[in-house]
Amino acid sequence: MATFTLNINGTKQEVDVDPSTPVLWVLRDHLNLVGTKYGCGIAQCGACTIHLNGTATRACMLTVSSVGNSEITTIEGLSEEGDHPVQKAWLEVDVPQCGYCQAGQIMTASALLEKNPNPTDEEIEMAMNGNICRCGTYTRIKKAVKLAAKS
Amino acid sequence: MTLVKTKIGRRAFIRNTGLASGGLVIGFSWLASCKMTPEQVKSLPDEWFELNGYLKVGDNGMVTIMSPNPEIGQNVKTSMPMIVAEELDTAWKDVIVEQAPLNTDIFTRQLAGGSQSIRQGWESLRMAGATARHMLKEAAAQAWGVSADEITTKDGVLTHEASGNSAGYGEMASAATSIEVPDEVQLKDNGNFSIIGTDKKNVDGKKIVTGKPLFGLDVYKEGMLTAMIVHPPAFGMKFKSMNAESVKSMPGIKDVFHFEAYPEDTEKRWSDGGAIPELVAIVGDSTWECMQAKKALDVEWEEVSKLESTSYHDQALASLLEKPQEEPARKDGDVDAAFAKAAKIVESTYSAPYLAHNTMEPMNFFAHVTPEKAELLGPIQTPEFLEQTLVSRLGMPAEKIDVMMTRMGGGFGRRLYGTFAVEAAAISQKMNAPVKLVYSREDDMTQGTYRPSYKVKYKAGLDENGNLIAWHVRGAGTNDDLIFENRFPAGAVDNYLAEKHSLETNVTTGAWRAPRSNFIAGAEQAFMDEVAEAAGKDPLEFRLALFDRAINNPVGDPERNDYDAERYAGVLKLVKEKSNWGSETGKARGVAAYYCHNSYVAQVLELEDGGDMPRVDKITCAVDCGIVINPLAAKNQIEGGMIDGIGHSTYSALTFEDGRPEQSNFDTYRLMRHSEAPKNIEVHFVDNGIDPTGLGEPSLPPAIGALSNALYKATGRRYYKQPFINDKPPLVG
Repeated sequence: MATFTLNINGTKQEVDVDPSTPVLWVLRDHLNLVGTKYGCGIAQCGACTIHLNGTATRACMLTVSSVGNSEITTIEGLSEEGDHPVQKAWLEVDVPQCGYCQAGQIMTASALLEKNPNPTDEEIEMAMNGNICRCGTYTRIKKAVKLAAKS
Repeated sequence: MTLVKTKIGRRAFIRNTGLASGGLVIGFSWLASCKMTPEQVKSLPDEWFELNGYLKVGDNGMVTIMSPNPEIGQNVKTSMPMIVAEELDTAWKDVIVEQAPLNTDIFTRQLAGGSQSIRQGWESLRMAGATARHMLKEAAAQAWGVSADEITTKDGVLTHEASGNSAGYGEMASAATSIEVPDEVQLKDNGNFSIIGTDKKNVDGKKIVTGKPLFGLDVYKEGMLTAMIVHPPAFGMKFKSMNAESVKSMPGIKDVFHFEAYPEDTEKRWSDGGAIPELVAIVGDSTWECMQAKKALDVEWEEVSKLESTSYHDQALASLLEKPQEEPARKDGDVDAAFAKAAKIVESTYSAPYLAHNTMEPMNFFAHVTPEKAELLGPIQTPEFLEQTLVSRLGMPAEKIDVMMTRMGGGFGRRLYGTFAVEAAAISQKMNAPVKLVYSREDDMTQGTYRPSYKVKYKAGLDENGNLIAWHVRGAGTNDDLIFENRFPAGAVDNYLAEKHSLETNVTTGAWRAPRSNFIAGAEQAFMDEVAEAAGKDPLEFRLALFDRAINNPVGDPERNDYDAERYAGVLKLVKEKSNWGSETGKARGVAAYYCHNSYVAQVLELEDGGDMPRVDKITCAVDCGIVINPLAAKNQIEGGMIDGIGHSTYSALTFEDGRPEQSNFDTYRLMRHSEAPKNIEVHFVDNGIDPTGLGEPSLPPAIGALSNALYKATGRRYYKQPFINDKPPLVG
């Protein structure tokens, strides 16, 4: 076990965990930030996507010991009132079915738009390809990303 | 208006006598479990008045509606309360929805499966709203000294025009609790709906996009331990021994033990299908620590039955296709005689692999079992059956067992089988502690309860004018006999023979979104295209001609046919119109139609140009599900179902080598991704005012047929073997 001070959603948080623990489980099991989801554990499904210094990153394979002073943003920290343009677009289009993968989808989409405010369809698909939606809301997700890009 | 007896779920409408005398503040379970927004807190009333088991009205007119059924992403948590609110005649903005716990005294059929929630809940949900509305009107009538018949309601306001009296529901809620529950109530006419048929957004939408705890895996309770299981690595193996001592001393590990999840004397039901009787449990403080211990644990397994491989399943199913069924499932006329005189014969065999459900949220459940009571909380499609099994497994009466449902990160049939919840309860009982059982993705994918592997052989005979005179289908599946003998084209062909076989295997199988239909529809609709082509006819017109036959002069007893030919033809005609079928688009197109789970769906699917596996450019879809409760969400289900069908038939497979699943995570098990999804989807509904049916499943099955048919147009190849991405059929002709 070791102590780590993490910068999460603008707040310093201290945890005492095994250094090999992925950030996903630190968030969920130790910090009660459960919006970041477990889906595969091998960075194949995107359900655990967070921002690490603004870049979409899979938290399930990111060890806590490798984070250092990097800034972590989770879905809980994306906006204070749930009114980030991507979140608003998701609600407007009524994207979710089961909803489980959507936090990860939103984190990937918001990181994309931060770097590329007007992505083409192909650029959206390339960026989002690591996020699986088992319910098949893909067409709505693309619509929501485009709507968010407009706003 | 329709006058109906309040007989269905009557117990739901009879209040506990203790409440009858006046107001009562109802404790809100969700107040404790979730953080409310300031607006929500502001709008809460001081007092709630329960008018029946489905709803309570606040003194300020806010209404809480219980959503009775499990929510797996089919959106019943929004659409079922919409039906209650409609008959209550309240404004949707004043409604708060709460997930009901399992309560068989109040609710009918608290189950998510078979696309039946809306169809089977329709009457009781309407009655719940209408009964409460009646009681509010009676209360107002007494207060104002007028006849209740003269009082009208709208958006939660009672009005008596002649006297000029008017009051919100909240003002009459207390008095309404003293009104007798009526023996019969009036329901609205379809034309007077103001909530049903309008787009309403997901009631959990805001919580989903902000990452609030909603799912089973998000349950964290005081003193809770995490548990994981280790199951046999292959079907046909069971636990032999292990050396747990070194693992028990690993950091954060509380215990490691072998246990019987289902001892022999457990009374099992169908929802326990796929249960693995003996497992190893690892219990610890955190998920990661349990995962580490799981990796380190060395378990020895022994072979107890045949270790089957995919090659064996394929071969055994193929042999069954050569075998007549002793008593055919259905036989009309004489197919052999018809084939003998047919001008043309078409024959094809289609096949599909096992599939895993792969809900994005892996199986999990919270259990806290003490000698006094059992508390179960998590994602389950069949809470009632779970409770019944727990009665036997825990040796505890049902009154001491509470089963509560979380929102589910997908179901697709997997969570009909609540074996994981029984395992959680058994582990909690043994640990004497609250426990959350978590399956890893690998556990989830390799544990079983799969969509069966299938094969089907079709043979059709055409006369010299291209009329279909004989149809023979023989199908087989693993632990499943595949064929619906009374579905189309039964009833539309003079000589018809349906035969089916099941291959018994030790690989466990279960219902997977649109069971059987998820394969047989695609095969049947692809074969229908081959037959239409051999007949030299347009595939859509060829189908319509068969429905004409089934409508005008059905073969055999029409009661036997498991479809309404007019509604079936109706969706084909609608999709024909909406897709401009017959006009040249320059794109490869395929058509398909299917009826299952009480709803009718037809699709025209268009592919982009180029490649061996071109991408779907557009799907035009026509649906007859009767009254559409919530078009916005209904379309979402239909879109998702088609993407699910296209994705799985194109990319997905689960194969076995010596009983071991060869895929265990998304690096080897391929699911459709963003860049492979259909680009455009258009959904159209038949407007007929018929009582509503469900949409969780019906759009999936025909999509595979429409895809196959479009692929043929695009590539000149008939795809017979799923997943299509691995099939290399020859060019036709």
